[in-house]
Amino acid sequence: MTRLGDLERAVMDVLWDVVPGTSDGVTVREVADALDGRELAYTTVMTVLDRLAGKGMVQREREGRAWRYRAAASREAHIAQLMLDALDLGGSRDAALVRFARSVTGTEADVLRAALGDEAGPGATGSTGGRAVGRGDTGLTDRVDAPRTDRAGRPTPADEAADR
Amino acid sequence: MAFAVHFGVTMLACWLTAQVLAASTWTWRSPRIAILCWQAVGLALGLSAMGLPMALGLGLYDRPTGSALLALAADLSHDTLPVGLGAPQLAAVGVGFGIGAVLLTTTVRSILGTVRAQRRHRDLLTLVARRDPTVPGALVLDHPSAAAYCLPGVKPRVVVSAGTLDLLDRAELEAVLTHERAHADERHDLVLLPFTALCRALPWFRWVREAHERVALLVEMRADDKAREVHAEAPLAGALRRFAAAGNRVTPAGALGMGDRDLDVRVQRLLVADRPPRLIGAAALAVATTLVSLPISLFLS
Repeated sequence: MTRLGDLERAVMDVLWDVVPGTSDGVTVREVADALDGRELAYTTVMTVLDRLAGKGMVQREREGRAWRYRAAASREAHIAQLMLDALDLGGSRDAALVRFARSVTGTEADVLRAALGDEAGPGATGSTGGRAVGRGDTGLTDRVDAPRTDRAGRPTPADEAADR
Repeated sequence: MAFAVHFGVTMLACWLTAQVLAASTWTWRSPRIAILCWQAVGLALGLSAMGLPMALGLGLYDRPTGSALLALAADLSHDTLPVGLGAPQLAAVGVGFGIGAVLLTTTVRSILGTVRAQRRHRDLLTLVARRDPTVPGALVLDHPSAAAYCLPGVKPRVVVSAGTLDLLDRAELEAVLTHERAHADERHDLVLLPFTALCRALPWFRWVREAHERVALLVEMRADDKAREVHAEAPLAGALRRFAAAGNRVTPAGALGMGDRDLDVRVQRLLVADRPPRLIGAAALAVATTLVSLPISLFLS
């Protein structure tokens, strides 16, 4: 993992683990203080938060002269998103992952969907990236439901089209 | 006219070859050759689909398509089109170029979409996946579902979920990791890319999708072969069985989805140690080479 990736991860860990979910965000100074052991410059932390905001991983709001940052989605939602890609439930072949095998039960698909559903609103947007934004909730439901028809038998072309 | 027939026959031959490839089981014993054949069929089909309308439009020149196109370009620039070559013929040539443009742009769009999705996936992995001493070189996602996959690229990532770690024993896990590294080393994502793009360009052709599925299965088999070279058959077959069983917990008996049937086929072929069919393989390669050279020769002469 690159040094920058390492820093991004450390900063996200602060936003996820140190900051209580109810708080309306933290300032750069607070993040830097939480990362005390790493002795990072204020500007470094600011740069990392800036990059993370650019990637849609954190959201920020201006408060007076300072920005307040918070995680756009929970760690669990990100993992759920990755698993949806991994299990080919994401509805998109874009990720072009090559899988060994996938194994998912209807219940697990529900759990994954729920993990994303909890993030409804701005959080979901952040966690699923551009692709799910336009499709909205119905799109997500379709995508997760599709494999169940898949499992019920050989998929018909219509099923596949819906899957795509 | 003869050249248009030439392209038409090539397309027919491609279709027939695809039917035979899809139906035969020798492909499972030499997946690499079968993948090459599918690629040849795809390339020949694309070129012929471009060439057929072009050749129809350029029948007047009575030359192979390549030199006829050059002649047409020269005539167009001097504004001296031969008699009998009017709007319909020019339109046919345009259709040929249009097909080529559509194929090219879908491929490029497919590549761009893939690069974007993979970058996003990689960014997320950096933030939430962890390294685990029990699986060196792989990333672990803390999730109870079972998944093992490879994020391809210049710096590929092999990822397994915590569910997979629970599901498989030591030897099986090693086999799965070797399987995933084979995907990464041989850039199987690039093998699948043109077929994914074709599926997008021609979503209404069922057999294009079938070709994609076939190639995807062959790619898995190829990676299985790499894994069985390093480890034995047993752990790999065991891992596949466990994945199949884990997925079937709530599926009614007898109702197998696509993925499950593929798993079954892969387990079966691991149990019988057959040597690759050299004769059939050589013959298939010869057919594939002929298929590709037919349209290429017309475009180059």
